[in-house]
Amino acid sequence: MAALDKQPVTGAGPLNGLLTWVDARFPLIKLWEDQWGKYVAPKNFNFWYYFGSLSAFVLVLQIVTGIFLTMNYKPDAAQAFASVEYIMRDVWGGWIIRYMHSTGASAFFICVYLHMFRALLYGSYRKPRELLWIFGMLIYLCLMGEAFFGYLLPWGQMSYWGAQVIVNLFGAIPFIGPDLSEWIRGDYVVSDATLNRFFAFHVIALPLVLLGLVAAHLMALHEVGSNNPDGVEIKNQPKDPKTGLPLDGIYSHPYYSIKDTLGVVVFLIVFSVIMFFLPEMGGYFLEYNNFIPADPLKTPPHIAPVWYFTPYYSILRAIPPLFNSQFPGVLAMGAATMILFLLPWLDRSPVKSMRYKGPIFKSAVAIFVVVFLILGYLGTEPTNVWGQFGAWLGNADRATVVARICTAIYFLFFILMPWYSRIDKCKPEPARLTW
Amino acid sequence: MSDQEVDQGKRGFLLVATGVVGGVAAVATAVPFAGSMFPSERAKAAGAPVEVDISKLAPGEMQIVEYRGKPVWIINRTKEMLDGIKKSDSKVSDPNSNVPQQPPYAKNEFRSIKPDIAVLEGVCTHLGCSPQYKSVDAKGDMGQDWNGGFFCPCHGSKFDFAGRVFAGSPAPINLEVPKYKFVGDAKIIIGDDTKGA
Repeated sequence: MAALDKQPVTGAGPLNGLLTWVDARFPLIKLWEDQWGKYVAPKNFNFWYYFGSLSAFVLVLQIVTGIFLTMNYKPDAAQAFASVEYIMRDVWGGWIIRYMHSTGASAFFICVYLHMFRALLYGSYRKPRELLWIFGMLIYLCLMGEAFFGYLLPWGQMSYWGAQVIVNLFGAIPFIGPDLSEWIRGDYVVSDATLNRFFAFHVIALPLVLLGLVAAHLMALHEVGSNNPDGVEIKNQPKDPKTGLPLDGIYSHPYYSIKDTLGVVVFLIVFSVIMFFLPEMGGYFLEYNNFIPADPLKTPPHIAPVWYFTPYYSILRAIPPLFNSQFPGVLAMGAATMILFLLPWLDRSPVKSMRYKGPIFKSAVAIFVVVFLILGYLGTEPTNVWGQFGAWLGNADRATVVARICTAIYFLFFILMPWYSRIDKCKPEPARLTW
Repeated sequence: MSDQEVDQGKRGFLLVATGVVGGVAAVATAVPFAGSMFPSERAKAAGAPVEVDISKLAPGEMQIVEYRGKPVWIINRTKEMLDGIKKSDSKVSDPNSNVPQQPPYAKNEFRSIKPDIAVLEGVCTHLGCSPQYKSVDAKGDMGQDWNGGFFCPCHGSKFDFAGRVFAGSPAPINLEVPKYKFVGDAKIIIGDDTKGA
């Protein structure tokens, strides 16, 4: 009966007795200390390290606001659009709950993209953090699913036609495609059956998976320990004789508890400004066409996904059909996300952090960021946004040609990484953290 | 406890056998769940053939009916429109309709049973948007060599009045011609091409 040999809990004042009783029957103190309280983290976390805890914060926000939205939302093609307007106009506080949820969706992707970029900057996906990265990627995929299923629910024109386009992507898969897309929709077109099942996926199936993955992500992180802006393993450092911690390690609590709280405060200021004054964000967070009820017989003049999908959407559009099939474009779009899973094995640099990587890797990442942003922008616009080239290029759309070049660079960044990361002139890593 | 030695071979066999039988049962259990996601009987019934009266469809006009939730266009094509189709032969990617996007009886010059009456599914073969009608006179929008047809607003695919896709469009193949048949001269049944009755 090891549990009864545990030390009594101290430091919780009048709750000491209760917590001691619980701790004798449940690994309360162990969980807290392993996962946060006594978790030793490098002391030089900078700005980029806010976005992990902020993502977790937004996840909680989405779950809470989502629960309250389901209390008034109706997953029924005849009532869905009206029930969202009902929430906006007639439900007490409904508008703010919905705007929190819709702004939260975009905020979630902003945090996750910046969090992933941090990993790219400091090599946080490198050994021994490969599985941590994979869990993170699975969270990202799950999040894309959540966003896609959730976007159908307001049953506006963009919800409807966006879902139509994405489900038809599956229809392009050879042999099983048409049956597969019918199976996904549960009907011959996006319909009430589709809305109802997307609701089920959005509010229960994927959130459960998401929470499980987040738990796995955090457990993997706290097992291997956090990386840092210098990419130096603090676990290999000698222990400070006074504290028993690695020389450059500090406890997460209270140090990073305080830092992350500050992050949440600043985040909430920005979030509130958007939610109160710019909830549509000029059509990027909530598209204008989605304020028109879904009409299966009328396609809006321009269909664009929400901003967080547009880089991949650009890649899809950039690939020309081959053998009468648009499957290659679908494949390229899938490959563009999947290739990120391989990042831990593509990067062969002797150092982890961008601080010590050489000019080639630095330039490659800079170009990659520019290309990703261009693809993202082009995905929000029609293909004729930049006009056409002259007859010497067959009157091709300028934007399509640029998207094709960017798509090629996107893939080359990854495919060539094993080569250029190895030949690059890196600086030596220091023994101690710098700042 | 007997002092008999543990038979590891038998233990392994039982483990695998239990695992396999249990696994088969688990997969079989997935059948109703996966099956429940196919179109229901009600959805299938709602997808039944549609009867359309075209007696009031004047030359040059288009009528849109809904079949299985998709727009189906019925167009009464004028001589000018049919000529436009002929002029497009060199510009479309599949002029002879070799890709099976139509029933055999519509695999002909105008992709229809009767030359003047076109029946097309108004769903772009790229990603399922609904293209827009652009008359022969829409040269302002569509360029001077435009002979009439359809333009998809999503990704810019162009089709002629026979639903044939112009080369260079994102859409890979021609618009689909649904199954249909005439009942007399003024009635079309969409979704059914059985003879008799």
